[in-house]
Amino acid sequence: MPPWTRECRSVRSVSACLRFLRAEPFAAVGGAIYATIVLVAIFADRLAPYPPKAILRVGARVARYLPMSSDHWLGTTSSGRDVLSQLIWGTRAALAVGLTAAVAVVAIGTVLGLLSGYLGGWVDRVITWFADIVLGLPFLPSMLVLASLTRPGTTVVIISVAGLLWPNTARVIRSQVLSLRERAWVEAARVTGCSTGRIMFVHVLPQVLPLAALYGSVAIGWAILAEASASFLGFGDPDMMSWGVMLQEAYANQALSRGAWNWFAPPGAALMAMVLAGFLISRGSEKLLFPKLADQ
Amino acid sequence: MSSLTFILFRLAPGDPTINFLSPSFNEETRAALMKSFGLDKPLWEQYFIYMGNLLQGNLGQSFLQGKPVAVLLADALPNTVLLTLVSLTAAYAFGIVAGAFLAFHRGGLVEAVSIPAALATRAAPEFWLGMLLLAALAFQTGWFPTGGALSPGREMNSFADRFMSGDFWWHLALPALTLMLYLQGLPLLLMRATMLEVLNDEFIVMAKMKGLSRWSVVMRHAARNALLPVVTAFALGLGASIGGNVVVETVFAWPGIGRVLVTAVQSADYPLAQGAFILIAASLVTMNTLADLAYAALDPRVSVGAKR
Repeated sequence: MPPWTRECRSVRSVSACLRFLRAEPFAAVGGAIYATIVLVAIFADRLAPYPPKAILRVGARVARYLPMSSDHWLGTTSSGRDVLSQLIWGTRAALAVGLTAAVAVVAIGTVLGLLSGYLGGWVDRVITWFADIVLGLPFLPSMLVLASLTRPGTTVVIISVAGLLWPNTARVIRSQVLSLRERAWVEAARVTGCSTGRIMFVHVLPQVLPLAALYGSVAIGWAILAEASASFLGFGDPDMMSWGVMLQEAYANQALSRGAWNWFAPPGAALMAMVLAGFLISRGSEKLLFPKLADQ
Repeated sequence: MSSLTFILFRLAPGDPTINFLSPSFNEETRAALMKSFGLDKPLWEQYFIYMGNLLQGNLGQSFLQGKPVAVLLADALPNTVLLTLVSLTAAYAFGIVAGAFLAFHRGGLVEAVSIPAALATRAAPEFWLGMLLLAALAFQTGWFPTGGALSPGREMNSFADRFMSGDFWWHLALPALTLMLYLQGLPLLLMRATMLEVLNDEFIVMAKMKGLSRWSVVMRHAARNALLPVVTAFALGLGASIGGNVVVETVFAWPGIGRVLVTAVQSADYPLAQGAFILIAASLVTMNTLADLAYAALDPRVSVGAKR
């Protein structure tokens, strides 16, 4: 490493990043998929050849079920909308749902895991008991029931994902905190008169954040799949241009019997790529965060 | 088991008063209808009636179909259980063999291709896998039926007739294949991981040193121990799939519990939706408990008694 890199932190971290990506090709592929999706989402309005909801016409007729062509790379839907444009706009919905839900899952799981692990006693008992109950709830059916009791839409999907997935994160964080709180530096902080809150959130929290981030990258995938399933079952937000809504429309409008592969194959492939990217990144970073595992 | 009671208590009351009635009803029909279902009583009273009935095994009447919920659920349950059992067994048989195979061929092209492929099947939305299979194998080639559990016009009188008929199994094939594709990734990855772990254990080294054959080392020593987490995952998977089949059953119009739940929720048929949900949650909790017990029975190092 050239000596000047030692001075400049950002250059050093970038080169560390590159080394990591070379050592972990899975994570590199996952990162590349995410980067592509983020870029497409940012420039969706410029990349999409047509407005996603515009009903296109050929002459006087609505351009229904057009096959793939140079005008419409992925053809058109039953109502004459451009599939590629919908697919491109779908990246925004996927990122919005995935990131919001993942942040919520990680925030709830980390705080509750931290409280339960560090404080122990009745706090621990209540949180663990609550986590056990939530883990006993079937995921998709619970989401359907929640959606039907309130109003179907994206908010309910995000709330259910956050409300049903936090126990996994909380459990892992808790067990990590249980071991961290016995360490000498926590003891030292306590001796120097730090408040419990300060020890928890300033001293212990940063130690468990990488672990939390790992669970977050998987939660993004679950959230997106949950949104897609909810939309497919008719409990999503039909006005949102998401991949799940696209699949639902294709299924409901005989795309399968017409063999309109160009319509229903791409949104599912996009969903798969995005969830897969989360899996790949978490597998790769597992080795980085827990080098002991890699020896096996 | 406290969680099960809690689930029942929390979700049983639901909110049957507001959502079920359509705005087109006038006030009188509304009141009459409410009364006929006992919805005019205060919520706490309804709740106690419901809980009382539930304890006696009575799940109430479906709002829309006018049949007891228990009858409708009993019709749907065998379909779901069969679908789940067939697909899970196939998925685990495949996953265990493929996972053990992969543990032996570490590194190289086989691993580089198969691990991402296994991850990809887990990442793909189930209903989309179903749609692809449906389009390719049912609509385009006509090899399989496009949905339902029996061909139109076919009535089956007895339970046994139904499940012995080729028609039923022919309808089962595609949804089962979809679920199998979706489910095989977990046992595959799990088997591979635990196999790798077990192969490093001292008793494997010992077995090799004793001069046992490779087959004996792998099958009699390593695989048995590696199977433990897979068996647990199977029990957990059984509970989870009964609820998780919701989307696959919808794609293939398979008349199971998941589909009952979806249609009941869509049409605000609350007693039916509650019944289906309770059944799904109960099977999940039961299978989780069984998984714990199975784990303890198979691995004497884990003791159930010590946990509580």
